[in-house]
Amino acid sequence: MNEQPIVFASQRTPSSFALIRVLGLVAMMSGLLLVLVYQWTLPVITEQRRQALEQAVFQVIPGATRLDAFVANDSGLHAAASGQSGRAVYAGYDAAGALVGIAAEGAAQGYADAVRLLYGYSPACQCITGIRIVYSRETPGFGDKLATDAPFLANFEALDARLNAEGSALANAIVTVRHGSKKQPWQIDAISGATVSSKAVGKAINESAQQVLPHLHRRLSEQEGKL
Amino acid sequence: MQGESLTFVFLNAAIINNFVLAMFLGICPFLGVSGKLKTSSSMGAATTLVMFISSVSAYGLNVLLANFEIEFLRLISYIAVIASAVQLVEMSMKKFSPPLFRALGIFLPLITTNCAILGVALFQTAKEYDFYQAMVYSLGAGAGFTLALVLMAGLREKLELSTVPRIAQGAGMSLMLAGILSLAFMGFAGLGG
Amino acid sequence: MRPNVNQPITMDTFLRGIWRENPVFVALLGMCPVLAVTNTATNSLAMGVSTLFVLIGSNVLISMLRNYIPKQVRIATYIVIIATFVTMVDYILQAFSPTVYAALGAFIQLIVVNCIILGRAEAYASKHPVLSTAVNSAGMGIGFTIALLMLGSVRELLGMGSLFGVSLFGESFQPWLVMILPPGGFFVMGGWLLLFAWWRERKARKAIVEEPVHAG
Repeated sequence: MNEQPIVFASQRTPSSFALIRVLGLVAMMSGLLLVLVYQWTLPVITEQRRQALEQAVFQVIPGATRLDAFVANDSGLHAAASGQSGRAVYAGYDAAGALVGIAAEGAAQGYADAVRLLYGYSPACQCITGIRIVYSRETPGFGDKLATDAPFLANFEALDARLNAEGSALANAIVTVRHGSKKQPWQIDAISGATVSSKAVGKAINESAQQVLPHLHRRLSEQEGKL
Repeated sequence: MQGESLTFVFLNAAIINNFVLAMFLGICPFLGVSGKLKTSSSMGAATTLVMFISSVSAYGLNVLLANFEIEFLRLISYIAVIASAVQLVEMSMKKFSPPLFRALGIFLPLITTNCAILGVALFQTAKEYDFYQAMVYSLGAGAGFTLALVLMAGLREKLELSTVPRIAQGAGMSLMLAGILSLAFMGFAGLGG
Repeated sequence: MRPNVNQPITMDTFLRGIWRENPVFVALLGMCPVLAVTNTATNSLAMGVSTLFVLIGSNVLISMLRNYIPKQVRIATYIVIIATFVTMVDYILQAFSPTVYAALGAFIQLIVVNCIILGRAEAYASKHPVLSTAVNSAGMGIGFTIALLMLGSVRELLGMGSLFGVSLFGESFQPWLVMILPPGGFFVMGGWLLLFAWWRERKARKAIVEEPVHAG
């Protein structure tokens, strides 16, 4: 080892002012760096998020080319700009500006973690028109077929979601049944080997639809087919 | 996120997605400290306490940051809050409960660099948990961490009595054991469904 | 001022991080990202490169400031600097590679608590000049990336029969699913460690056998 006595600057204890000055300067420098990066990436990130959202919404509402954001909570359906919090709902319009359908978020507990999805609903046929899995950590090879299994996705091409006579809830709750036992148009045929994950999808859609659809139809009839 | 019951949030953090065995957070203390049953339960308790405090502060901090629209400072402020939370816990424990401090004190500095703590803060933000969910989530995460640590310590105490091939002594064997534990925990998946 | 160890920069400054002092296989540091995101080779590479960037960026800055940072506040300063670089990576990835960002999630931000980075700052950057720090950090970062890739490619190969998303074995391959699930992370990491231990043991035994020959 080296025999020279090593003199550390810090053996003279610096004043607290010096410590605060150094910390302050470093914090300012990092703040500056962060603001620069943030300003640079923010437009790109916003654009990317918008595109991803549009792609998802247009996938579940066939024929839609433009969207408007709303939130739904127990008091009703509100424009997203109103500052209300709740479930995200998107209205999809076609090129002529007519409402084709809505897309709403749903979430339920799956096998490994929550399954979050977006489903499309058409007020004209009173049915679900498509789903897209937004987030899932289901078991690879089994539960992750939710997003890719064609026979399973075919369930959602025209899944019955009629409201009851009072318009207060779904006439028939959407429910997932064991693989191969689907009999009614409001039932979802589970993926064989991934029943828990498939059930989560049914539950997510049902919960969300029970909340959103009555408000949607009330608003549509109040405003003569417009949102 | 809406619609997750508190029971489920707890189960999810503690067992289904156990912080150590499924999310791989806090592996360093898991491999380093889990030699003895007693130390590992103390370590677990100290970690749970710090997790709870940081989770509550992180929730408040996140509301504050969102208010001022300066979310890009989130990571820096979370780290600062966790480091100060650890310091605070250490100081108040020293003052008000010296026996507890003697039992847990040496683990506290170690906890600052435990990624499970920052993990709780970051995951609760990413999952958009509300205040109660966040609180329960941190308790669940702490319970899961303690459980994994204690299980591992039990296995290791047994392992000391058996003959292990020379190359497998140390980290290699511990990781294999952790893998088997993790495999067992996968059986809990589907509990909430 | 603190003493500056003015060692010349040699191949060793760079290479020791890759092999002799490999942060993952030798020092067992930074285990959380090592196990959590290595389910595919692509994720491993992304994580490795992000860590490499943070490691070089923050340590070069720390090395530049090393004579101005008082000892009492050094850890706080290091953490602020590291967190800054991690946030930068977080935003850059989010902007230019959303798929990778979605796959890695909060684990990008968890790079902050990766002990490799703070460890390098404390053990190397605070005592060495900028250039030497850059070379050493690059070595460590590349060593870390290689280790991640070694885990990630084995796990992806066994668990999905593909490498970097390219299917290798065709339809008839029955994937060994557990390898891309959490237990697989522990098993593959344990497997590599056992392999290295066996290899070291064999080398040590050879050295003992060969020694008398050299002496004689």
